[in-house]
Formats: sequence, C-alpha cells, structure tokens
Amino acid sequence: MGKYILGRILNMIPTLLIVAVIIFLITRMLPGNPAAVMLGPQASAEEIEVLTEKLGLNEPLYIQFFDYIGNLLQGNLGNSLTYNMPIIDLIMERFPNTVILAVSALLIAILVGVPAGIIAARKQNSIFDYAFTTFSLMGVSMPIFWLGIMLVLFFSVNLGWFPATGMGSMDEGIGDFISHLILPSIALATIPTAQFARITRSSMLEVISQDYVKTARSKGLHEFFVICKHAFKNALTPLLTVLGLQISSMLGGAVLTETIFSWPGIGLLIIDAIGKRDFVVVQNMVIFIALIYVVVNLLVDISYKLVNPRIKYSSGKGGTK
Amino acid sequence: MSNELLKVENLEVQFKSGSTVTKAVNGVSFTLNRKENIGIVGESGSGKSVTATSLLRLIPSPPGHISGGKILFEGKDLLTLSDKEMRDIRGNDISMIFQDPLTSLNPVFTVGDQIMESIKLHQKVSKKEAKQKAIQMLQLVGIPAPEKRLNMYPHEFSGGMRQRVMIAIALSCNPKLLIADEPTTALDVTVQAQILELMKKLQDEFNTSIIMITHDLGVVWEICHKVLVMYAGNVIEYGTVEEIHDHPMHPYTWGLLDSQITENIEDHEMLTTIPGSPPDLRQEIKGCPFAPRCSYTQDICFSKAPEMVEVKEKHFVACHFQTKENRLNRKERSTHVRAVVKS
Repeated sequence: MGKYILGRILNMIPTLLIVAVIIFLITRMLPGNPAAVMLGPQASAEEIEVLTEKLGLNEPLYIQFFDYIGNLLQGNLGNSLTYNMPIIDLIMERFPNTVILAVSALLIAILVGVPAGIIAARKQNSIFDYAFTTFSLMGVSMPIFWLGIMLVLFFSVNLGWFPATGMGSMDEGIGDFISHLILPSIALATIPTAQFARITRSSMLEVISQDYVKTARSKGLHEFFVICKHAFKNALTPLLTVLGLQISSMLGGAVLTETIFSWPGIGLLIIDAIGKRDFVVVQNMVIFIALIYVVVNLLVDISYKLVNPRIKYSSGKGGTK
Repeated sequence: MSNELLKVENLEVQFKSGSTVTKAVNGVSFTLNRKENIGIVGESGSGKSVTATSLLRLIPSPPGHISGGKILFEGKDLLTLSDKEMRDIRGNDISMIFQDPLTSLNPVFTVGDQIMESIKLHQKVSKKEAKQKAIQMLQLVGIPAPEKRLNMYPHEFSGGMRQRVMIAIALSCNPKLLIADEPTTALDVTVQAQILELMKKLQDEFNTSIIMITHDLGVVWEICHKVLVMYAGNVIEYGTVEEIHDHPMHPYTWGLLDSQITENIEDHEMLTTIPGSPPDLRQEIKGCPFAPRCSYTQDICFSKAPEMVEVKEKHFVACHFQTKENRLNRKERSTHVRAVVKS
C-alpha cells in the first residue's frame, strides 16, 4: 500500500510537467502582446517595451520556458503584475473561498442526492421513483448559468431573501455569511446532486437483490441497517468515482457559478486574469488546478480500498485492479 | 412446554405482476416438533424455497404476498406479529442459511463482523463477549485459527469454509429452528458430506430443529425425520422418512425416487426422467397439477383436484387412486422407463 502511494506520487510529476508545457504553449499562442493588453490602450510604445522586457517576453520561447519551469520547480510562482502581489498569496487569498463554496455545495449534493437515490432504489417503479427520475434528469441537464440567473431573479430580485452577489463576511455575523452562500451553493450543487442520486439509485438497485442483503434481513436487522449498512457499502464504489471527479472540478474553481454570483474564488480569478492577459496568473492557476485533480484522484483511489476489501493495489503499474 | 415447535396451516403465497398472479405456494401444511428435522423436496419451481422464506416473512414484497394460512411458531402466529416482533425472531429463534455461500456473505465486512452482528443484536452482550462467542462459533464449525480468521473477508475463504461461516452465523444465537435452503447444492461433493456431517453434529449440540430444503433425496434420508414432497406449489405427499422411503405412494414421488442414482442401477442403464415440465403457475390449474406428466392418469385427474388423505398413520398423499381403500400398483422401474420412452 505504501509502495503504491509512493509510486502514484512519483507518477504525478510527469503529469504536472505535461500540463505545464501545454498551458505554457497555449498562453503564448494567445493573440496580442500581453504587455500591451495589460497596460491598456493609452500606453506608449516605450512603456510596452519596458514591460515586455520585464516579463521576459522578448526572450526566445525556449528560454522563457526553462525560466518558467525552473521557477516552478523551486516553488517560485512569480508575481502577478495586474494584481500586484505574489501569486502564492493570490491563491492563498482566493482558494479558501472556493473551498467554502465547494464544501457547502458538496454537502447539499451528498445529503440530498444520496438519500434520494437510496429511496428511489428501495421504491423502484413507484410514483416517487418516476418523479425522482424526471427531476434527476432535469438536474443533470440544467445549464448552470441559466439556473443561477433564475435563482438570482427569483430569490434576490423578486423575493429579496438573499443577496444576489458577493461573499458575506464573518465580521458581519454568521447570518450574513450564510445568506450569501445559499444561492451559489444551490446553483453549484444542482448537477452533482442529480448525478449522485442517479449513480446511487442504479448501484443500489444492483446490490439490493443480492443474497447477502437477504442474509442481513434473516439476522433480524432493522431494514434501515440492511439498506444503509449492508447494501449501501457495496454500492459505494461507483459513487466514490463520481464524487472524486466532482470534488476536483469544484475545487478547481466553479467558473460559471463564481462568475454569476461574483464569488471571489479561483474560478473568477482565472476569468479575470484571462481578460487582463495576466498569463503568469493563468499559467500558475492551471497548474494548481491540475495538482488538485491528481491529489483528489489519488485520495479517491486509496479510499476504494476502504469500501471494498477485494481491491488490491499493484505498485508496478500504478493502477488498481 | 409443548413438543410442537412449528405448525404451518394452509400457507398460501402469491406473486403479483401487473394483472397476472402466480400462485407459488398453494395451501401447504405441516408440523415440526422440537429436535426434529423435516425435508422439503421437489424440483426447481415447486415452491420449496418460497415456503421456507415465507416462514421468516422474507419474501420480497411487493411482488410477493402471503395471501393466506397460519404459521404457528411455539403457538404464536408469525403472520400477525409486528415488524419489530418479527425481527426479534429472525436470527434469534429462527435462522436461515442459503444455497450459495459465495454470495450470501457480505463481501465488504469481515467474517468476524458478520458473526458478531447477530450476537450483539440479539444477546445484548459487550463487544468483547461477542468476539469471544464468535471465535467459539468458528471453532465449533471447524475453522482453524479462528482468532486470525475473524479479521478476514469472505473472499479469503473457500466455498465450504464460507458455508461453515454461514452456519456459525445462523447458530450463533442458539436458534430453535434452522431453515437450510439447499445448503449443499453449490458445494463440491466432498465438501457436501462434511457440511451435512457438521449440521448433524451441531444439531445434537444446539437441540435445533432443521427444515432442510433440497432436491437431493439422499440428504433427506441422511438427516430428516419427516419429508414433505412438493409439486407446483402443492404438497403431494407428506410423512415420516421411513414411510416415504419404504412405501412411497404418489406417482411423482416414485418418479423422483426412480430418477436417483442408486446401487441397483446397472451399467449403461439410462436414468429415469419424469417427462414434461412443471405447469405454469400463472394459469389456473384444474385437477391434479401432476396429471399432465403422470403415467397413471384417468379422466378424473384432469377435472378434480385430489384431496390430501391420511392413507396410513402419519402418511398423507394427494392422489385419487391412493386412498385407504384403493391402491395403485407401482410400475416396475424398467417398465416405467419403457413406458416413458414409448410415449
């Protein structure tokens, strides 16, 4: 197991390196001189030249690349010129906001989606099940930008219950903080809720008719434990896979949700940075998000073993079997 | 304390799917005394397993539904109990082992957890005591190094070992009745004998009655005191093992006996089969359910269902021609075979 984890960690290095190369090339392919865009239309040619030199943009591409990789390996992410601060500080400032939003959306998705899926499987072909199928299909196919705008229109503009944008501050009290959090969390949770529910339902249906569920009943266990302990633990593996993907994508910044609700997370940061051609920020944020993906994926792979003892890890190929 | 442990009266079980109703069990009655074993035999689809599963009220509902009858366990009708009262009986007074030990243990919990679960549930003991009891149970069913085995998962056990674990779980709360649903069918022949031996040994130790569901008559002769022969959801013959073994009366039972491999079978002799297949239980059956496959039929068999008659003491048969006054002459095995081949 330890050997497997070590192998997987070493495996992350080439993955991240490839991401670094790709994002470096993409940012360099964007049209327009970043220095000119950063300085705005009023900037003089001289100013632009100074900035170009400062950013190292006049160097050949391969020198720029090695500088960039060299800095990255030293953990030096560089400074953002548009935000005028070290990128590491920028991440430290924005990432917790993304985490708050992601955690609350995940909680909603798990607390609503999983039980709904279990009940739908238990009551297969009932009215509840049919309603469930309809709503979960709507959920997975809902365009988030539309849903977000509708939520704002209805709950903020018409009813005035929650603020439309921004992030509350704990200094203003927990109520302010939560009321800012509710709408973006719901918007971000919609697709994962429906996804978790559908996965839970289908994998529960598979295990619910297994013999060991009958054995559990024949022991005299309460139906709740039969379903939630004996059946559910067996149905967990596919749910974990989807959960892992959702966690990574939420932590990587919910670009649409953060933009609609002006939530100051890393999704909004990336959109801003792209608009301002702050390629240093974009480059580093993408690497950071890639790092989140590989780490979360590793954690999910390790957790498979916790729910399914039949899984054996082989360190040789870095895969599971 | 009455000697009678279980009395099933006219049990009826139906499965509904849309507008079709399948009568899986159709008026089954039998009694079982303490420390007594009963074998329920019949071919696949005859209602053996449904009968046994209904005793614990474990048939999947919907679509299943116990539509009539009584299940008196120590005088209490199980069909009138609340869910809570029923749960107190399951695994405690009545427990069950299933056909396939490869699928009846939960793959994601250790064997120890699964044994301790019922002990903790019914005996209200501490975790430590439950663990001690689980080790003791594993030892009893003949699993070596039980302390170590306790922390292992089912996939680390062989089929025979898993069935031993199932038996350990089933007997962990000293049940008065053990329902064994074809416990040896999925096992190797050599392991089958060991498991039966173990069940016999443990029965003496725990004073448990056993309902043995099987289609292997050899198993019945080995460990049962009574036999219930089922066909198409009906009991067609019921009596003591001695009676059924020495004086079987129903043509279906004859067919079952003739299709067994015995020492008397000569080399290259073809085994007897019962021609045809069981009736579709979704259709209303008029007359005797076995009539279309029976080689002794007359007109009455197709129009009137035979009643269960006590032809001798403790020997009941449902056949128009096997009554106190009349007897059928059983055809010789070879003539029966020839008759079948001709037809």
